[in-house]
Amino acid sequence: MDGFLSQFIDPYYLRILIIIGINIILALGLNLITGVTGQLSMGHAGFMSIGAYTSAILSMQFGVPFFAAILGGALMAAFFGFLIGIPTLRLEGDYLAMVTIGFAEIIRVFFLNFEPGGKAVGLSGIPQNTTFLTVWIIVILVIVLNAKLLNSRTGRAFYAIREDEIAAESAGVNTTRLKVLAFSVGAFLGGLGGGLYAHYMYFISPQDFGFMKSIELLNMVVLGGMGSIPGTILGTVILTLAPELLRVVAEYRLLFYGALLVILMIFRPNGLLGDIRVYDLKKRFGKKEVESCQS
Amino acid sequence: MFFEQLLNGLTLGSTYALIALGYTMVYGIVQLINFAHGEIYMFGAFAGLFLVTVLGVNIFVALLGAMAFSMLLGMLVERIAYRPLRGKSSRLSALISAIGVSIFLSTLMALLRGTNTTRYPEGVLKQSTYTIGSLEVSSLQIIILLVSAILMVGLQLMIKKTRIGKAMRACSQDLDASYLMGINVNRVISFTFAVGSALAAAGGVMVGIYYNAVWPYMGTMAGLKAFSAAVLGGIGSVPGAMIGGLSLGVMEIFGVAYLSSSYKDAIAFAILILVLLIRPQGIMGQKISKKV
Repeated sequence: MDGFLSQFIDPYYLRILIIIGINIILALGLNLITGVTGQLSMGHAGFMSIGAYTSAILSMQFGVPFFAAILGGALMAAFFGFLIGIPTLRLEGDYLAMVTIGFAEIIRVFFLNFEPGGKAVGLSGIPQNTTFLTVWIIVILVIVLNAKLLNSRTGRAFYAIREDEIAAESAGVNTTRLKVLAFSVGAFLGGLGGGLYAHYMYFISPQDFGFMKSIELLNMVVLGGMGSIPGTILGTVILTLAPELLRVVAEYRLLFYGALLVILMIFRPNGLLGDIRVYDLKKRFGKKEVESCQS
Repeated sequence: MFFEQLLNGLTLGSTYALIALGYTMVYGIVQLINFAHGEIYMFGAFAGLFLVTVLGVNIFVALLGAMAFSMLLGMLVERIAYRPLRGKSSRLSALISAIGVSIFLSTLMALLRGTNTTRYPEGVLKQSTYTIGSLEVSSLQIIILLVSAILMVGLQLMIKKTRIGKAMRACSQDLDASYLMGINVNRVISFTFAVGSALAAAGGVMVGIYYNAVWPYMGTMAGLKAFSAAVLGGIGSVPGAMIGGLSLGVMEIFGVAYLSSSYKDAIAFAILILVLLIRPQGIMGQKISKKV
């Protein structure tokens, strides 16, 4: 299929499209934790690396088939998300942010010293099973399921926790269970993206999942608009393309990238599509007279 | 051996504390994690290097010069990247703006000076080693501890005794009420950034000499560690940042000495997570009960 596609699309563009797809999966996971439920997580790359290493080792050393391997990676990440979700019950805001940073750093240092993962050198020779088609089928699946989740009773409860935790609790929302759930599902998506990344890149090393990777993902969520699926997708597309488009300025690339973040935040402080949900869009374009009551 | 490690830990910790103070003061007033703070520290280290190598001034003059330079830089960053966002956006957008500044500044320095490690010239500071009993102390360690102590005591006095210090304390309690009481809030915030940046620059110059290395990305890890020191001590609390910084430095050095050096960076964070699980508001932080 990719061979067929590459007759029409330049391999360079195909590559960017695959990376955009993987980033969308990762960013939607973070969006669920930070954008929707309001629990600031700055260590999403940690979940990504767990998924990447687990799936890579599963398929390389145990000969597990591709889909089972990435699912295994995602489940492993979800388990760690569950573990990290537990302290969130006691911690708030920036204390939680610090714990997630610390967690991701510990994971990174762990992989730096992890024998089966090739230590600092990294792991190479991972089968390149991730294709354009598999990535985008998974992306569409993730978007649909994510939109369904956010529009369900559980999804509304997530938003309620973000808006006012005490009010949500007094309205009967089980905040404990839901915060852990948000972390588990978000980490699952992080692990899924990590597994796809590993099986696309052929080579992974702990440096790929550093603090800057977590920050990059957070930028995508906040830039697009917190808690909004279309926003997260837009933010991901813009920030994945930005470094490519900025190649013309060569070594000044990151300089522009940094300045771009500041300028975008000054002019669009709540993100490009702050809190616009898939179902709102449907309403807006479906029936004009229905006014959205959500802010 | 034990006391030597303790001394190494305190030296490292006092530089963490100097950086952490900037995080905690800014956070106390505007609730922003100033992610560019690590880069201000890095610029301070380079400014000191520039003054020493190009202008050939005395190291202590260079220290003051670097502090002055970072002060201006900190105020400039606040004016351009944070003030326009204040009051009209969520805290997270300000955080992203800070991350943007951080990327911008480290890339700028990498373009100006290259990504290689540069050093302070030999003999910039006369170094000698004293032996007290079985304890070996280098003059550099004494200077770092002394300068940090002077700066921290000075900061405490300024916060407790002066008019602007009083305004800072008022702002950290309630920004809106301070504004209504006639405090020029923007000036206080600007001043807070200036003081925090100056302290970070002092830390940067001293770390540059102590570890004999200055490079454009030195701010990232130092910033993370200092931020965790601030959180460990209880973010928003000035004495907390000092205690957090010192204890983080000591724990890290002991962790490296008695556990494993390849897990150096993980040790600090693991301790931090454990402390926060037991005391979620940090060592000195006050528990604020939530209002409905």
